[in-house]
Amino acid sequence: MSLRKIGLGVISALALTASMGLAHAKGDIIVAMQLEPPNLDPTSNAAGAIDSVLYSNVFEGLTRFGPDGSVNPGLAESWEISEDGKTYTFKLHEGVKFHDGTDMTAEDVKFSLDRARGDDSQNAQKALFAGIDGVEAVDPLTVKVTLKEPNGSFLFNMAWGDAVIVAPETIGDIASKPVGTGAFKFTNWVQGDRIDLEKNTDYWGEPAKLDKVTFKFISDPTAAFAAVMAEDVNAFVGFPAPENLPQFEADPRFQVLVGSTEGETILSTNNKLPPLDNIKVREAIAHAIDRQAIIDGAMFGYGTPIGTHFAPHNPDYVDLTSLSQYDPELSKKLLAEAGYPDGFTTTLKLPPPSYARRGGEIIASQLRAVGIETEITNLEWAQWLEQVFKGKDFGLTIVSHTEPMDIGIYARPDYYFQYDNPEFQKLIADLTVENDPEKRSALLKDAQETISNDYVNGYLFQLAFPTVADAKIKGLWKNQPTQATDLTAVYWED
Amino acid sequence: MLHYFLKRLISLGLSLVAASVVIFLALEVVPGDPASYMLGLNAQEDTLNALRQELGLNGTILERYVSWAGGLLTGDFGTSYTYRTPVAGMIGDRLWVSLPLALYALILSTLIAFPAGIWAAARRGTAADATVMGVTQLGVAIPNFWFAMLMVLVFAINLRWFSAGGFPGWDAGFFVAMKALTLPAIALALPQASILTRVMRSSLLDTLNEDFIRTARAKGLTKGQALWRHAVRNALIPVLTILGLQFSFLLAGAIIIENVFFLPGLGRLVFQSISARDLIVVESIVMLLVFAVILVNFAVDMAYAWVDPRLRRRR
Repeated sequence: MSLRKIGLGVISALALTASMGLAHAKGDIIVAMQLEPPNLDPTSNAAGAIDSVLYSNVFEGLTRFGPDGSVNPGLAESWEISEDGKTYTFKLHEGVKFHDGTDMTAEDVKFSLDRARGDDSQNAQKALFAGIDGVEAVDPLTVKVTLKEPNGSFLFNMAWGDAVIVAPETIGDIASKPVGTGAFKFTNWVQGDRIDLEKNTDYWGEPAKLDKVTFKFISDPTAAFAAVMAEDVNAFVGFPAPENLPQFEADPRFQVLVGSTEGETILSTNNKLPPLDNIKVREAIAHAIDRQAIIDGAMFGYGTPIGTHFAPHNPDYVDLTSLSQYDPELSKKLLAEAGYPDGFTTTLKLPPPSYARRGGEIIASQLRAVGIETEITNLEWAQWLEQVFKGKDFGLTIVSHTEPMDIGIYARPDYYFQYDNPEFQKLIADLTVENDPEKRSALLKDAQETISNDYVNGYLFQLAFPTVADAKIKGLWKNQPTQATDLTAVYWED
Repeated sequence: MLHYFLKRLISLGLSLVAASVVIFLALEVVPGDPASYMLGLNAQEDTLNALRQELGLNGTILERYVSWAGGLLTGDFGTSYTYRTPVAGMIGDRLWVSLPLALYALILSTLIAFPAGIWAAARRGTAADATVMGVTQLGVAIPNFWFAMLMVLVFAINLRWFSAGGFPGWDAGFFVAMKALTLPAIALALPQASILTRVMRSSLLDTLNEDFIRTARAKGLTKGQALWRHAVRNALIPVLTILGLQFSFLLAGAIIIENVFFLPGLGRLVFQSISARDLIVVESIVMLLVFAVILVNFAVDMAYAWVDPRLRRRR
């Protein structure tokens, strides 16, 4: 071996160690997602993308969701509930600072909750705070919240992204410069392209393992595929092209996590519009639908069949899919009994997501097989909200209800599918004031069975949540108990 | 001359006013409420009202038109409903991507089209001409987004020469930014260059049949001399017309390419704003584009005068 060759060898060895050293020190991550947040204020906009970027990373609430959906202490390290279940006394963590250096105190908690429930509140989930009667800052680290009535899900409600604690002095700019208490600080937003966060070195809890986080927004499924393949991004949460997942699974560079979400995807049915107001007709529709065919055809096999409006990963879930088993013959028989032996025609209005558009075509053909004709209309979200959600001008529609634990919407007779059952409404009223876990569980099971037996909507599947990431990234959430990309525990494996 | 400019200025002003009314009314009839889009499925009626009040959506049509148009006059484009930031700043940021991209694509397409068109015209009927015509036919036929995906597959995924998309910003350095715009610019330029080449070629062939070319040849100029000295300049008028149209198209019409390369450009902003019913952003951008088209047309008129002195004298 000549001297020159040895020299080259040394140099390349040096280069190799240098690059290995860099790899070892990797403290930054580029996470892509499909939708860009419209603004950065989780307390006045329903857009899930806001929480997907900021929840737990930048903003924290009194309580917080764990990766399994459990409710854990957040800014409140502990709490006491009074005998009558109406008073919650929260003990706040000591030494919590906002990213602008000011202390987070009981006054900030009072401000945040009062702002969310006030008359001019723009909180998209104002109902979460409706039961609050008063908030009192007892001392800088103690907050007393009084409720009008006992509320069994109050701690759960306080974990939502819409209930995070904000500071009065930074609220004016929150939409573009969010200041929270989380393990990451907001640094920069290039609209249309990316949002940068950096590690909060003064964090009160377990510090983040990453130094820098970049969220990138890639809406086009083909572009998403290209960006992951070219390794322009390290992870893609909520990967929009399920057809490409097997290819990533086969590639040792990547890991694929397919988790569950709180998204019950349902064939929403207008319960007040004839002939859909007839329970026999709705039952016929339920039996005409082949869920697995929809999951395979529209979602490339990703998704869990559901038989009621409840997340299957929840311990209280009851599998009721057998009530709406695929049985076209039974469906035809039920239609005849209901007085529609030759079927009927109704509308099927589809919002933009692929589960609705692709699923809608499949459902239309399944319904046609039993004699029900559907007129399909594709709508943009804004049109869908106007026509279907607000105007209730529809027969059928497909939509995923992504709010966690939202079975309570069936107790609202004016809700767009217009299910009006006083028995069910009483059930939910009882549930709201019930604090005993066992009784709550029984009530929840009752509720699931009631709506399933009434065939309120066609229950299709629980939306899956695919994440494609570099194989060396650890600590990512697999499931989506709430819309979040909690990166506080994420790190690169050596 | 002054009289001509004043007349032109007045007509320009009138067309802008007319455009603003049409744009405003057109978006007014689009169904969909920005407030319910923002607050989603669980929003309560009182919350929606509070938001509508703050966004100024509760006023009459006339009030809203006057406040928007009045703002435009003073350079205030208003505040975006969803982003809650001044629209002017948002458009400014996006222009820094869209404008350079459009220029880049335009320069590329001109650099390809002029030589190719002239070359083909000069060798009319030969194999070279047939090749140029065939390739440009293909260039017109291939959808630019498909070609873009193909380039991503080859240059980003397989060869790793480029990123699959995104824009690092001009802060990252001129060449880094230009590199990020290169694949999108090529994708945009290819069909434009194909069209331009064909226009250049046919326009040049028309001119080569004119009497003054025959005269020039009779005076003893070679074929090449006649082509370069007399034909090319005279053939430029239709080419400039197309070029002007293409620039307006590139500025506004790059939506699909911006999506393929996830670039934060004007097209994507319009697209997002329409689906979010962020009408004030849509109105302002469309207004800006109208203004740009009028401006580009003016520039093209000036260029006509430059290549054809007869037009100058006619004024």
